[in-house]
Amino acid sequence: MSALTNNISAVEAASAATPSLETQRLCKNFGALPVASDIDFRLERGARHALIGPNGAGKTSFVNLVTGVLTPSAGRILLGGEDITQLSRAARVKRGLVRTFQISALFRRLSLIENVTLAIAERDGTAGDLIRPAGRYRAPIEEAYALLETLGLADEAARPVYELAYGRQRLADIAVSLALKPKVLLLDEPAAGVPSGETGAIIDMIERLPADIAVLIIEHDMDLVFRLANRITVLVQGGVLIEGKPRDIAADVQVRQVYLGERDPR
Amino acid sequence: MAQPSDPPEQRAALDAFARRHRLRPVEALPWLAMIAAYFVFPDYLALGAQILATILFGLSLDLVLGYAGIITLGHAAFFGTGAYTAGVLAAHHWGEPISGLVAAGLAAGLVGFATGAVILRTSGLTLLMQTLVVAAMLSELANKATSVTGGADGLQGMDVWPIFGTFRFDLFGRVAYIYCALVLLICWLAVRAVVYSPFGRSLTGIRENVLRMHAIGAPVRRRKLVVYTISAALAGVSGALIAQTAQFVGLGVYSLQQSGTILIMLIIGGIGQLYGAFIGVPLYMIAQDRFSEIDPVYWYFWIGLFMIVMVIFARGGVIGLGERILRRIRKPS
Repeated sequence: MSALTNNISAVEAASAATPSLETQRLCKNFGALPVASDIDFRLERGARHALIGPNGAGKTSFVNLVTGVLTPSAGRILLGGEDITQLSRAARVKRGLVRTFQISALFRRLSLIENVTLAIAERDGTAGDLIRPAGRYRAPIEEAYALLETLGLADEAARPVYELAYGRQRLADIAVSLALKPKVLLLDEPAAGVPSGETGAIIDMIERLPADIAVLIIEHDMDLVFRLANRITVLVQGGVLIEGKPRDIAADVQVRQVYLGERDPR
Repeated sequence: MAQPSDPPEQRAALDAFARRHRLRPVEALPWLAMIAAYFVFPDYLALGAQILATILFGLSLDLVLGYAGIITLGHAAFFGTGAYTAGVLAAHHWGEPISGLVAAGLAAGLVGFATGAVILRTSGLTLLMQTLVVAAMLSELANKATSVTGGADGLQGMDVWPIFGTFRFDLFGRVAYIYCALVLLICWLAVRAVVYSPFGRSLTGIRENVLRMHAIGAPVRRRKLVVYTISAALAGVSGALIAQTAQFVGLGVYSLQQSGTILIMLIIGGIGQLYGAFIGVPLYMIAQDRFSEIDPVYWYFWIGLFMIVMVIFARGGVIGLGERILRRIRKPS
């Protein structure tokens, strides 16, 4: 009995130690141009981790490698300890690795609720049904509506996405991702292109994400990064320059030189 | 942030979303028109049967092009395979029409599956080229296999038996017309079910934003292959209908013109609307029939002029034009 309890707590301890997402010596070259070189990266459980770096540092390539859009030249990607390096994009999503897009990538002509419903139907496996009308599947529709309601988007549920304000489209992008019940959520510049008055709503939504989701934010907006992240990795020319707590990153001379100093103070 | 109770108009919108698949009265229109045409134009039923069979071809194209966003200029590959399958069967002592249709659908579906598995890995112009190539290869195969297909002379000696052993294909095309209408009805019901199913909605997702479909974990390539196969089978049935009612198959069934013309007809009607083929195909084929009678020399010019006017003034086809007019009428009120 006590041996069993010990075992269970040992398993729990091990799983708590296993990061949600890990890359080991991840490399990618486009011909002679390296976009990722030996990236060792750990995203801890429940983390709010930011990935920053100047333009062309390889942030989006990193997201594309992790999500399976690009195939790495070398190295491994682990999701909750499982090697997913060879898995398809869809298989990674099924295991809880979900991303948003830098430029809102939604089904623009479909209503907001249909955008979310499509994601739920993929998640629960009903999307392959060829015969029964989609409208008969009430559960995904109700779930989509309930999700939009908790996110404060329900009032525009029936409107086509292209009619929504851009800030709301960014929120919708996160809503579609949340519908997949992610374990790891990669937010690729969630505030890109949003007028500064509307970033507050995006920060609010990210702050209220369930605590058990590990979140990696790729972002240019330093206010947003320092408000949300409890850990920051700085990427320069495809490699990790430094990783640490926000306070240390802000104080680091090297970072100031290559990155923070380049930009106008906000 | 969350509302304690949903405003009624939101509930209504939600219900409308859930009830979208229900038949609307306006959807009876094409079928009423088909019945009316049978009685009003008894002398044109042979043309009518051709039109109905071609509508099915257009419907099959709409499924891949309009819903899944797969651009193809080689849909004749499946139409032709169906036509030759039914034709060769009827020319070789198996003229039973229903089983001929089924065999044609299976053969064309198989060709769709086999070629789709290879070419659907690409997209855009590359895919367009490959669809062209598939049709061209099959055309050349039919051209060379003279002992089976009759080659450039066409397939001779088809003998199609009466439907259910009772309804003999008559000279006026009455049986052919009803036969084509019933097959079209069955296929349309199937396509409609697919379009409104979760699978069909996911096809729309693939058309609207394939990147996002990957990101929500959809098996995009498998979905495309399934719909391509279904569409190929339907195109095959359509080709078989044409072969059985015309009692002849020529190399033209595989031609680029066949693939291109059906595309034009669908564009005239409206793509991705389920009814584009029901409008575009009769419009084009009747116009072709009339123009060629009025002006046998320059009729293709008039067709071309008609097309240019359509493209300039009716983007989204006749259905798109109709929707815009309806919206304008409703707006002031």
